[in-house]
Amino acid sequence: MLSFLKTLRIRGGVHAEEHKAATAALPIATNFPLPKKLYIPLQQHVGKPAEPVIKVGEKVLKGQLLAYSQGLISAPVHAPSSGVILDVNDYPAPHPSALPIRTIVLETDGRDEWLAAKIVADPFQLAPEDISLRVGAAGIVGLGGATFPTAVKLNMGRENRIDTLIINGAECEPYLSCDDRLMQERAGEIIDGVRLMLHGMETDHAVVAIEDNKPQAYLAMRVAADPYASIKVIQIPTRYPMGWDRQLIRYVTGKEVPVGCRSSEIGVTIHNVGTAHAVHKAIRHGQPLVSRVITVSGGAVKRPMNVEVPFGTLISELFDFCRVNKAETARIIMGGPMMGDSLPHTGLPTVKATSGILALTQSELKNTDEQPCIRCASCVSVCPAGLRPLDMANNIRINQLDAAVDLGLKDCISCGCCSYICPSNIPLVQYFKYASGEVIARQQAQHKAEQTKRLIDARNDRMERIAQQQREDELARIAAKAERERLKAEQETLV
Amino acid sequence: MYVLSAIVSLTLLGLFLGLLLGIAGKYLKVESSPVVDELEALLPGSQCGQCGFPGCRPAAEALAEGNAPATICPPGGSALAEQIAALLGLDLDLSDVKEPELLVARVSEDTCTGCTRCFKVCPTDAIVGAPKQIHAVVADACIACKKCVDVCPTECLQMHPVEVTLRNWRWAKPVLPEASNAVC
Repeated sequence: MLSFLKTLRIRGGVHAEEHKAATAALPIATNFPLPKKLYIPLQQHVGKPAEPVIKVGEKVLKGQLLAYSQGLISAPVHAPSSGVILDVNDYPAPHPSALPIRTIVLETDGRDEWLAAKIVADPFQLAPEDISLRVGAAGIVGLGGATFPTAVKLNMGRENRIDTLIINGAECEPYLSCDDRLMQERAGEIIDGVRLMLHGMETDHAVVAIEDNKPQAYLAMRVAADPYASIKVIQIPTRYPMGWDRQLIRYVTGKEVPVGCRSSEIGVTIHNVGTAHAVHKAIRHGQPLVSRVITVSGGAVKRPMNVEVPFGTLISELFDFCRVNKAETARIIMGGPMMGDSLPHTGLPTVKATSGILALTQSELKNTDEQPCIRCASCVSVCPAGLRPLDMANNIRINQLDAAVDLGLKDCISCGCCSYICPSNIPLVQYFKYASGEVIARQQAQHKAEQTKRLIDARNDRMERIAQQQREDELARIAAKAERERLKAEQETLV
Repeated sequence: MYVLSAIVSLTLLGLFLGLLLGIAGKYLKVESSPVVDELEALLPGSQCGQCGFPGCRPAAEALAEGNAPATICPPGGSALAEQIAALLGLDLDLSDVKEPELLVARVSEDTCTGCTRCFKVCPTDAIVGAPKQIHAVVADACIACKKCVDVCPTECLQMHPVEVTLRNWRWAKPVLPEASNAVC
């Protein structure tokens, strides 16, 4: 009855055309042919890159550790299939620049043979710390796209006394339906993963939030969660970016995460449904994260589908399987169309962050014919972070980045709502992405300037010390010489 | 009567204080304006001479007198220019300023003779080496002052653009279409 009050909690946002129907009705394809070669980047997560433990020429089994995590925030990488290590070198990264990244190349042997897994009889007897250790060792990262190491988040949850765990099943990006299908087909496994996470974080309540454009997923999850009083499944309005953590937390709990704080500081933690599924696999079956469900869709895709692929599969092979028309493809996007990154070519591997690969035709792209700003303030009303995109963009245009930062540039989440709604086709979010990078670059330059000053001072001090030492040595030498001559003269007078 | 004594006493007081200020101004004179010191503190202090002045202090003096633009310091880039403009209260439009290409010195192992001349002139100790050993540049500490390039007898030290990697790659600024330049 009070639901209209809850809608007030949603700030900004747009309702983009969904384009999900093409893939949401089809079951997840598990018949993807194993690629001959897998290109596995050593950094598929936020934090430090993993360090390889294998040698070129070594035989590995599926699920075997290839690279271990370094430092506090990092995640290990495992072999997505069995085979021989061909190379450890720099290969193009799945990134808009396609610059090189350290990558392990694995030649598969076709047997897809698992490493013998150690399975725990009852994981609920394990200590909570043990759950996060196992999750960390399985290389699990946030599969919603942020790729933050899940074990670190579980630990933070335990330390901060979380009272609500929110499971993000919003999947608000258009085209993507991998989470939708996962919830429809593997609801029981996801709910089991949620229970394991609750145990690992020592938390009592979980809320699974699913957008109301996925009724079947909602029903499946309701049925699976029914026996457990600690897990509540709710429907949330369909509105992009509902899956943004702060928006979802505000809607579900009514609490606002303060600027510059983590959600765990107000007692809430958020995980994706795909992550919960990966936790189930890691703890119940001892299987590390080596594959994921990816949505392949877009106007140029003749067989759009959700398909489970091992990490390291080249996008070109995925496109062959889904019959992508190369001539019609105007843009390749990794992720969703709103926040995803456009890729320059298809010779790039799929990684833990790859929720979808889209091959869009020219007609699906936004018109980029930029017109002057008419100050309609549409961008202000859709901004979920409550910023004034038009003013920020005007400042960035004349490189007044400090003014843009004062207007809240650092709170921009690059959701793209402003660019989407702008009737003048102004590339607003592109300005903010540029400016955010530039602000970081300037901070680094500032840091370097301070370092330089320190180095110069240290050098000047040293030079001064050396000169002082030389002066003293010189004086001592002169004194010694005078002393010698005096002794010599004394001896001569004695003789 | 009261008015007269007030005028007289205040006038005397004024004259006395004025005299005091005059004496203080003469004997306690600060050699340079504090703005110059503040500007000098902002500048890198490597005395590299890329601005055309013999060092950072002369450049700071020129800035304070208004004889140099805020964008004078190439190693400082636009970040420093913004700081200088804020300090001097200048209007700064950086939209036409091109960021200088970042450079870093690199030693070519084939021609380095280990003469140690370069690391003696390096203001930030960014070059490591020993006599008759191949030298190397610590890229993070190099400020691209090119002093080493000038002294290298075999031309084995050359400036190269800083390589773009995933760590320092940034989104480019959206290009303005011609039409909307005037509006907004």
